[in-house]
Amino acid sequence: MEFSGVKRRKPWLIGDQRKASYPHSLQFYLQPPSENISLIEFENLAIDRLKLLKSVENLGVSYVKGTELYQSKLEAEIRRLKFSYRESLEDEYEPRRKDHISHFILRLAYCQSEDLRRWFIQQEMDLLRFRFSILPKDKIQSFLQDSHLHFEAISEEEKNLREQEIIASSTSLGGPKLELEYVYKIPFADALDLFRGRKVYLENGFAYVPLKDIVAIILNEFRAKLSKALALTARSLPAVQSDERLQPLLNHLSHSYIGQDYSIQGNAGKISLDQIDSLSTKSFPPCMRQLHKALRENHHLRHGGRMQYGLFLKGIGLTLEQALQFWKQEFIKGKMDPDKFDKGYSYNIRHSFGKEGKRTDYTPFSCLKIILTNPPSQGDYHGCPFRHSDPELLKQKLQSYKITPGGISQDHISSSFLNELGIQLKKTTVEQQNKAKENGQSCLYSSALPKKRKTWRSTYQQDINILNVYTQKGSLKYRK
Amino acid sequence: MEPFDPAELPELLKLYYRRLFPYAQYYRWLNYGGVVKNYFQHREFSFTLKDDIYIRYQSFNNQSDLEKEMQKMNPYKIDIGAVYSHRPNQHNTVKLGAFQAQEKELVFDIDMTDYDDVRRCCSSADICSKCWTLMTMAIRIIDRALKEDFGFKHRLWVYSGRRGVHCWVCDESVRKLSSAVRSGIVEYLSLVKGGQDVKKKVHLSENVHPFVRKSISIIKKYFEGYALVGQDILENKESWDKILALVPETMHNDLQQNFQKHHSSLQRWEYLKKAASQCPSNIKNEKCGPWLEWEIMLQYCFPRLDINVSKGINHLLKSPFSVHPKTGRISVPIDLQKVDQFDPFAVPTISSICHELDAIFTSEAEKEENQAESDIKHRTRDYKKTSLAPYVKVFEQFLENLDKSRKGELLKKSGTMRETKMNYTKMNSLPCLPAYWKY
Repeated sequence: MEFSGVKRRKPWLIGDQRKASYPHSLQFYLQPPSENISLIEFENLAIDRLKLLKSVENLGVSYVKGTELYQSKLEAEIRRLKFSYRESLEDEYEPRRKDHISHFILRLAYCQSEDLRRWFIQQEMDLLRFRFSILPKDKIQSFLQDSHLHFEAISEEEKNLREQEIIASSTSLGGPKLELEYVYKIPFADALDLFRGRKVYLENGFAYVPLKDIVAIILNEFRAKLSKALALTARSLPAVQSDERLQPLLNHLSHSYIGQDYSIQGNAGKISLDQIDSLSTKSFPPCMRQLHKALRENHHLRHGGRMQYGLFLKGIGLTLEQALQFWKQEFIKGKMDPDKFDKGYSYNIRHSFGKEGKRTDYTPFSCLKIILTNPPSQGDYHGCPFRHSDPELLKQKLQSYKITPGGISQDHISSSFLNELGIQLKKTTVEQQNKAKENGQSCLYSSALPKKRKTWRSTYQQDINILNVYTQKGSLKYRK
Repeated sequence: MEPFDPAELPELLKLYYRRLFPYAQYYRWLNYGGVVKNYFQHREFSFTLKDDIYIRYQSFNNQSDLEKEMQKMNPYKIDIGAVYSHRPNQHNTVKLGAFQAQEKELVFDIDMTDYDDVRRCCSSADICSKCWTLMTMAIRIIDRALKEDFGFKHRLWVYSGRRGVHCWVCDESVRKLSSAVRSGIVEYLSLVKGGQDVKKKVHLSENVHPFVRKSISIIKKYFEGYALVGQDILENKESWDKILALVPETMHNDLQQNFQKHHSSLQRWEYLKKAASQCPSNIKNEKCGPWLEWEIMLQYCFPRLDINVSKGINHLLKSPFSVHPKTGRISVPIDLQKVDQFDPFAVPTISSICHELDAIFTSEAEKEENQAESDIKHRTRDYKKTSLAPYVKVFEQFLENLDKSRKGELLKKSGTMRETKMNYTKMNSLPCLPAYWKY
């Protein structure tokens, strides 16, 4: 097992071998280190890297990733903690070694749960993205080769044949400067994040990717490899944890990140069916209110709407019997045969309560899931109104809900839309995973920490800032 | 054509499954040459029987097993699912978590209901010859992209039986694609975004991707006939207001006035094109050029896919040659060479082909005294005598292509294998005939 490298006896690397072992300021961490270090150094390295990853996270929240400010702050932080970042500096052996070893130590601490892994992968990716972005162009090729990434650059003639198409597809290429750029031909399935947004030219199953866009692909490769490695680590963990010297440190490391704990067990709360109508106007977030209204009006909801609303009702305390009664009553009003309901719909309701099939007790959808997956189309009422509605219609809707017009203004979105989303969401998801305590899930757009019973409207009015960000023309996905 | 009566279904289905369903070709398809062991045996089918009884996780050992079961159960609807890690009909005996969907064709479902906001002739489950052009355009656009952009070679387009079309992409590498890549492909092919609440559903950036450009040139061939004449989208104030909702406010007055002056959708569209491509001096950051015109064309004509159908590996989709219980039409393959001439109302219904068969059978019975011909011989010729024949031919062409590329792959592999074999044994001097030649 690889991690016994800490105990195995190997000679120190000396002299010229040092430079050769770390040819670049960044790496993919494919090989674990194989030297002896003292326990004190073990601990210090781990703590330093944890500090670094924490500041990566904080900077990612406070500043837009990729901007000058973000980059300079991050660079300062890396330099302060004495990690490697820049290719051109001299005598980089120590920082690079530190980087290498500390990464593997943190893997031990952060492989244990899904949350920890996700956090670790996210910060490591941000760090790698930053380091890659400051890598000089001529060094990129050699770095790719050394990391065994087989990207084939195409010849000049092939490039010329497709010049128009490649320029038309890539947003990162400014103007007809294709002669200077490398273009790589890779199988389309390897360029998922690029082709799904039509950001790359596809021909006959291959994506023609200019160098600038290769970053996204490299990061995906990295994420996939790291994810697999963490899973592997988790399996080998018991052997490492049996070492009493390491165990307390590793535990301490992984617990120090969680921060505020929202998993206070309270009563899930119960509601009665007649309360739903009044609650929908008082306390439901806008997405659920819209679904409820559509259900009452049309006596029907399509699949996406049934999933989103049905699980929400479960989250606020509706029991299975109540749910069956609720949906059946409503659908029957729409001239549906009671038998048809029993055959077609009741099975699915029981399934979402975990009483059929593989018996998973599904949790209500988080805001992130509602916003990013399964966008509504013709005839659908699910989704998030802030994300999926026209700003004008949204404004009207909110006005009809009696929010003061001053709270709704139109600002230009910064590209921190999704960054904010990611961070905000983590807080909300953690709450939602522990059953909604109040009547109504806390909508993303309400205050992030509702601990007492608050109506959605009052919390919303406090958070006008967030609304300003979201109610504006078009979203990132459309306009890019 | 015989009118279809749903009450007759049980009898008609009995005849259909006994004499007309093309089992041999169907098995040849799903067996994929028998190259992968148990590929057919691990495939999930689901049947919908009379009275809406729905059974999942059906699987069969071979073609005759499939035939017997289908004839016994007489399903109203047949759906095809994924190839699993174990036989689906034994999934309860497998350890929890070990029974997984592994491979499936990439499928697309295009439904006319999704276009209700842009078609004036019909709504919901109805279709007519005027709006069917939407499907023709959708097939052309999607098929071009699947073939030229993604390099997919084996695409089977099937009429769903009532209001849409399905596409089955059967390339070997495609069947293995993950759910994430399938979603990515649908995203690549999606341009129309938004539900009830969104007026303008297509937004083009300044850089127009080659996929979009090529799709627009396909739509241009049909736009005049379909939208301006057939749908008459600029016929009167009510209809052109919908178009104006997609256009910046500053242009509304000018357009309204000029629309009044013109007399047909064609003329109004010409005017709109000119007005839209002029550089608006008052609006900052608006692109000068055909973007607006293209956005309108795309919103009215571009295909609308259901992502949920395509993304799940275990998603069940209606099988080709299955019967639609409400219309009686058979889900027949569409000949891509003749997609413009495809008429959904000319597709045979189960009652019509059963009647055709009866007519032939009685006339044959009069001619021949000897009834001792075997059942199988009858069956293999039966569908050929009905209007189902040309569609089975299209299916067979598709199967031929699958076989050809499979042969190519096998030759490549067996070439290297043969060298090593000849070094070791002197007995095997003949190459082995691939198994699929039996079918």
